[in-house]
Amino acid sequence: MNNTIKFVQGNEACVEGALYAGIDFFAGYPITPSTEIMELLAARLPERGGKFIQMEDEIASMCAIIGASLTGRKAMTATSGPGFSLKQEAIGYACMTEIPCVIANVQRGGPSTGNPTHVSQGDVNQARWGTHGDHSIIALTASNHQDVFEMTVDAFNLAETYRTPVILLFDEAEGHMREKLVVPAEGELEVVSRLRTSLGRDVDYHPYLPREDGRLPMSDFGGEHRFNVTGLFHDMWGFPSNNPKVIRELLRHIVDKIENNVHEITRYKEHYMEGAEYVMVSYGSSARSAIHLAKARRARGEKIGVLELQSIWPFPVEMVREKCAGAKAVLVVEMNLGQVAAQVKAAVTEPERVFLANRIDGKLITPEDIKIYIRVIQGRGV
Amino acid sequence: MKHIRLVFSGSGGQGVITAAIILAEAAVMYEGLEATQSQSYGAAARGGATRSDIILSDEQINFPGVVQPNILVCLTQEAYNLYSTIIRPGGTLITDSRYVTTTKKVNARQTELPMYDAVMEEIGKPIVFNICVLGALVGATELLRPESLLKAIRDKVPKDFVELNERAFDLGLSLAGETQG
Repeated sequence: MNNTIKFVQGNEACVEGALYAGIDFFAGYPITPSTEIMELLAARLPERGGKFIQMEDEIASMCAIIGASLTGRKAMTATSGPGFSLKQEAIGYACMTEIPCVIANVQRGGPSTGNPTHVSQGDVNQARWGTHGDHSIIALTASNHQDVFEMTVDAFNLAETYRTPVILLFDEAEGHMREKLVVPAEGELEVVSRLRTSLGRDVDYHPYLPREDGRLPMSDFGGEHRFNVTGLFHDMWGFPSNNPKVIRELLRHIVDKIENNVHEITRYKEHYMEGAEYVMVSYGSSARSAIHLAKARRARGEKIGVLELQSIWPFPVEMVREKCAGAKAVLVVEMNLGQVAAQVKAAVTEPERVFLANRIDGKLITPEDIKIYIRVIQGRGV
Repeated sequence: MKHIRLVFSGSGGQGVITAAIILAEAAVMYEGLEATQSQSYGAAARGGATRSDIILSDEQINFPGVVQPNILVCLTQEAYNLYSTIIRPGGTLITDSRYVTTTKKVNARQTELPMYDAVMEEIGKPIVFNICVLGALVGATELLRPESLLKAIRDKVPKDFVELNERAFDLGLSLAGETQG
């Protein structure tokens, strides 16, 4: 038997991806439907010298991973629903202090405690704007276990590359479903290591002075160098400042380092897109239904394809505009009230051709559901 | 092309989900197939109605839900009443004769087996009822090789309980064999 093939839940695929990426530390608080990520890492992390802590709540877990990361560890937490809300203030702190970390949010129905055991994709905008103030964020998603694995590895890589929190926006259907996962051999996927300063102990280290390429080498907190870390606007030494120039430059820096690299961060897949007259834009588990439908329709000669988004934030505006340019209609398939649909409308040149095919009742949207929307758009009725 | 859709239904605590996982795992790990296994559940785990959807295919599976199962397993009357009408015409319906009285006219091959009673008589432990169901399912449908299932059972079950589960599986196989013969 080949040991690298597994039959697992999506949440376990996420755990395998985190381990592959070199996770050292996990802090969390259990909540459905993300709990398996925590449960499995509680067993797997100590086996390889990592640390696992169940904290008193989601706020503390988020703060713990920020601290762990600052000392040089690859750190992650996982949550769902109200737990994601609780983490928002500390996510902003990680944005401001530029501390790499990964937050998996296995989405369930909200607001509030909502619909704990059922699927939703209602946290798309919260992932972007859940914490206050201008900032930028990276959010990735996936529709199958192989991609959950790869996006998790990617999330750790992007967190290190851009020194930012990265949100993994999964959902209950993907997290709980079981299917095959092939864990790649070591070295098959790129794993980005922490960029550390080469400055020695007695050399003056500026923790917030970007290099020419915009990146900031880190120094493990508590190690060679003494430096200050604060959620206040800060200068290159990390000390608080309300100097207008410092404030403007820092805010531009934390936003531009991500927004100016949209092309490098953008991840997507095309399914049956060749000459597609109808384009379904989808992501996460709802993309599975869109792909199912496109496959069946292509077999009957209909030109219908799926543009599957794997990075949602920063939103890949130009890519979406380009891929949807020739379409008679664009159908955004998602399980919320149009959070990505609004982004697609803003991205394309003809927003009146963008339609929402959604489901908001806790059930996974089916190919049959989408078929009905398409018939209506085509003027054929149901 | 192989593409089979199954629904396992019953009551929480009967091992419906575990059986579904073992079946799908056997297909992936020992027969090189693709498989998805999913379930819907509420806040209560034990006693409530349980359903698990499984798809086995030699191609990549996209939508994991089952609309018209080729094979439907119902282990309670409630499950039978709820799901017997969704079976694909000409499909296979397996019920446990102690728990389910088949009343409806269903366009399917109905296989009623005394699985629970046989487990209690021969083994005396209700905990392996679900594995007996798997044996009966494989016996009645030849869906996968029995050996693949046995390997998946050994992977899943604690060492001390392997023999018990193997006996339950064989019991199911022979029950299905009797009806076919």
